[in-house]
Amino acid sequence: MLRDITLGQYYQADSVIHRLDPRVKLATTIVFIISLFVFDGIAGYVVAAAFLAMVIKLSKVPFKFMIRGMKAILFLLLITVVFNLFLTPGEALVSFGVFKITKEGVKTAVLMAVRLTFLIIGSSVMTLTTTPNQLTDGLEKMLGPLKKLHVPVHEIAMMMSIALRFIPILMEETDKIMKAQMARCADFESGNILKRAKNMVPLLVPLFISAFRRADDLAMAMEARCYRGGEFRTKMKPLHYEKRDFVAYGIVVCYLVIGVMAGKLMVILL
Amino acid sequence: MNIIKVKDLIFEYIRRDEEGNVEGITKAVDDVSLNIEQGDFVAILGHNGSGKSTLAKHLNAIHYPTEGTVWVDGKDTQQEEHLWDIRQTAGMVFQNPDNQIIGQVVEEDVGFGPENMGVETKQIWERVEESLKAVGMYEFRKHSPNKLSGGQKQRVSIAGVIAMHPKCIILDEPTAMLDPKGRKEVIRAIRALNDVEKITIILITHYMEEVIYADKVFVMDKGRIELQGTPREIFSQVDRLKQLRLDVPQVTLLAHELRKEGFPIPEGILTKEEFAQAIDKCVDEIR
Repeated sequence: MLRDITLGQYYQADSVIHRLDPRVKLATTIVFIISLFVFDGIAGYVVAAAFLAMVIKLSKVPFKFMIRGMKAILFLLLITVVFNLFLTPGEALVSFGVFKITKEGVKTAVLMAVRLTFLIIGSSVMTLTTTPNQLTDGLEKMLGPLKKLHVPVHEIAMMMSIALRFIPILMEETDKIMKAQMARCADFESGNILKRAKNMVPLLVPLFISAFRRADDLAMAMEARCYRGGEFRTKMKPLHYEKRDFVAYGIVVCYLVIGVMAGKLMVILL
Repeated sequence: MNIIKVKDLIFEYIRRDEEGNVEGITKAVDDVSLNIEQGDFVAILGHNGSGKSTLAKHLNAIHYPTEGTVWVDGKDTQQEEHLWDIRQTAGMVFQNPDNQIIGQVVEEDVGFGPENMGVETKQIWERVEESLKAVGMYEFRKHSPNKLSGGQKQRVSIAGVIAMHPKCIILDEPTAMLDPKGRKEVIRAIRALNDVEKITIILITHYMEEVIYADKVFVMDKGRIELQGTPREIFSQVDRLKQLRLDVPQVTLLAHELRKEGFPIPEGILTKEEFAQAIDKCVDEIR
């Protein structure tokens, strides 16, 4: 169950998307997420879906990997949909006592569901095709100018990449501890929320202890390998923009323009 | 030439109670002196808590001596200006492979050390390639470390150290968390490095089978060096080793027991082949 979250899991494949500069992918993801909230009307979402489908196709990552990431937010998705469905004021379609499903409610609920789904799949595409190291390299370079303002850009990037690297390891560990505690009759499934939260203590305490121990070990291993901050470091994979990266930027701009235009066009036509 | 020289090393842990008052002082390393020559394969043996890991961490300037001095390649580890030189000269591989791999892809992890040293991009790639080939992990260079076996992960860690071009590699119980197959892989890789690349190896372990290839063995107990010598010299003293709560390889033990029963078998048998020969000879003599 815990291994289903794809965020931070790199999928090895040889595709155009994999080879793109991480800065392009980061910028595209941000643009894509913003676009989901800017586009209005069905036409905009059709364009977004087409764009996403194209990127997924190009990335050569099996679609089921992206769906896996969805499972983890299913609950969140459900809550969002239910709340929007029942709590949006407007013209009632069906009503049960106090609650009523409104026309506007249905519209927002569907919209939110689509947005969230696209958002997760969109960012999954990025994390599946970019190694966390590339990702943080990209971030480091993009945020580079902030160094002048004494923002510890390199340190932040390093922390992020380490956090990402340890997500699967800690997941596995959680799984292991959970099973060990279950074998000793710990109960994680029954009782009300308060009781369940209380029952999590025997899971969280060992997990935290082990995480701190790992952090200590890792810090020592990094120092032993001459890590001393970003100052003298060189890069194994320095970032250079290539022709395909500029092409990708072009496509993203086209996507944005087409999406906005499509939305406007729908409004005019209807 | 001595790559590592330790003189009168003492390291103390201060134990404190919950309020931070000093409860007592434990000498983790107690008056240790040793010399290790360039190109040697040295093993340091000891029971849990014998101070062997603490000693190892002095050789990489992670711990500093309370008293005494450690020189790595002629440089005193307590002088701060030598810190990075020392860490590059004496690379260190730790016990848990998961906690020392930083990269999400094998090759990125191996490149981490050279990146920190400020090596040029093109050279980093050359170093990564040669180090991965040296430990036989080149075909896995694009893999995620999470999907490798323990032995493979540990070989990647070793490659990460080799990429820094050290003169000496210290391995702190590199096989403690591995299965027998992984242990074999790692030991084979270490021996190859010593034979082919002439890198000095300091192997810290409590597995006796791993030290029979060493040029020199130090046995530690309670922070002191209790025995030193070639593996054969060490393993001739089965009873002494038992006192130090160490097991000897099974063949050695068998030979020792037979000898005690009066069979003419020499002390310090290390391998099955040697044992077979000794038995043959013994049978001939009895006839």
